Amino acid sequence: MNQFNIDIEHTGDYAVIRSDGYINNLGGEKISEECCRLLESGCRNFILNLEKSPIVNSIGVSILIELIERVLESDGKLVFTNLTSTIAKTFRIMGLLQYAGAFPDELTALDEIKKM
Amino acid sequence: MTVQEIKEIMLTVPMIPDMELAVTKTVESLSRFIPFTGDQVDEVKHAIIEACMNAFEHSRSADCRILLVFKVGPCKLTVEIVDHGKGFDPALVEDPKIENKLFKNVRKRGWGLKLMKHLMDEVDIVSNRNGTVVRMVKYADAYRKEALNESV
Ligand SMILES: Nc1ncnc2c1ncn2[C@@H]1O[C@H](COP(=O)(O)OP(=O)(O)OP(=O)(O)O)[C@@H](O)[C@H]1O
Ligand SMILES: [Mg+2]
Repeated sequence: MNQFNIDIEHTGDYAVIRSDGYINNLGGEKISEECCRLLESGCRNFILNLEKSPIVNSIGVSILIELIERVLESDGKLVFTNLTSTIAKTFRIMGLLQYAGAFPDELTALDEIKKM
Repeated sequence: MTVQEIKEIMLTVPMIPDMELAVTKTVESLSRFIPFTGDQVDEVKHAIIEACMNAFEHSRSADCRILLVFKVGPCKLTVEIVDHGKGFDPALVEDPKIENKLFKNVRKRGWGLKLMKHLMDEVDIVSNRNGTVVRMVKYADAYRKEALNESV
């Protein structure tokens, strides 16, 4: 069975979420559950590092769309980092990057989040 | 020059979770015969995952299997994803738009066909009530223009 893991670093009003594995329905749900739990605890800004998730499917990404909606409705922000060029292209085709930024790495993303 | 198709590989896979990932391994092996960039291989893998997921989820085929036919040419890869399910009319599928999905109480899904079309160079779908054949082609960059010019 395909393994999916998630690592979370929560500091103040932002959290870095590092996924590891295929983002299908199960992977998407796992990310979403963790972020929703953080949202409920007051965290508003999310940096989603997909370095170790080079494969996604549309079902997983649709779950991320729902998550982005929830975060934006809570006046928060969600940004992606370390996207492969295919995943960046996929998000661009879907128009997702208008609502969730993409940055090369976590540090750049954090700088941007602080400026926003 | 016509593009000679030099190799054909057929694969039948059951509709069980993660089978679409197993199929991507075949793409990786075959891509060594074609001068694709790593990103192109990655795009083909993602497009095939979408076609497999559609067959798994929507075809309702009684045999619960899909057939994949890979045709490896010197400059292109053709893949056919075949199911024997209920079929559908691609002309009736709406083009998804993010602004129609976000902040509205609607289904967020409906991206697979759009992604396939953008990630591959050609996508043709033949579907009727005996099943669906999705045929997709990716050209290696160096040959792409030549191949496209030929068909004009
Ligand atoms: N092989 C197939 N057999 C039967 N119907 C299909 C098949 N492939 C696609 N469809 C139909 O076309 C629709 C659109 O497919 P598409 O992949 O674009 O979106 P989706 O599968 O509904 O959602 P997503 O791909 O975003 O997870 C499907 O909802 C389904 O009705
Ligand atoms: Mg689909």
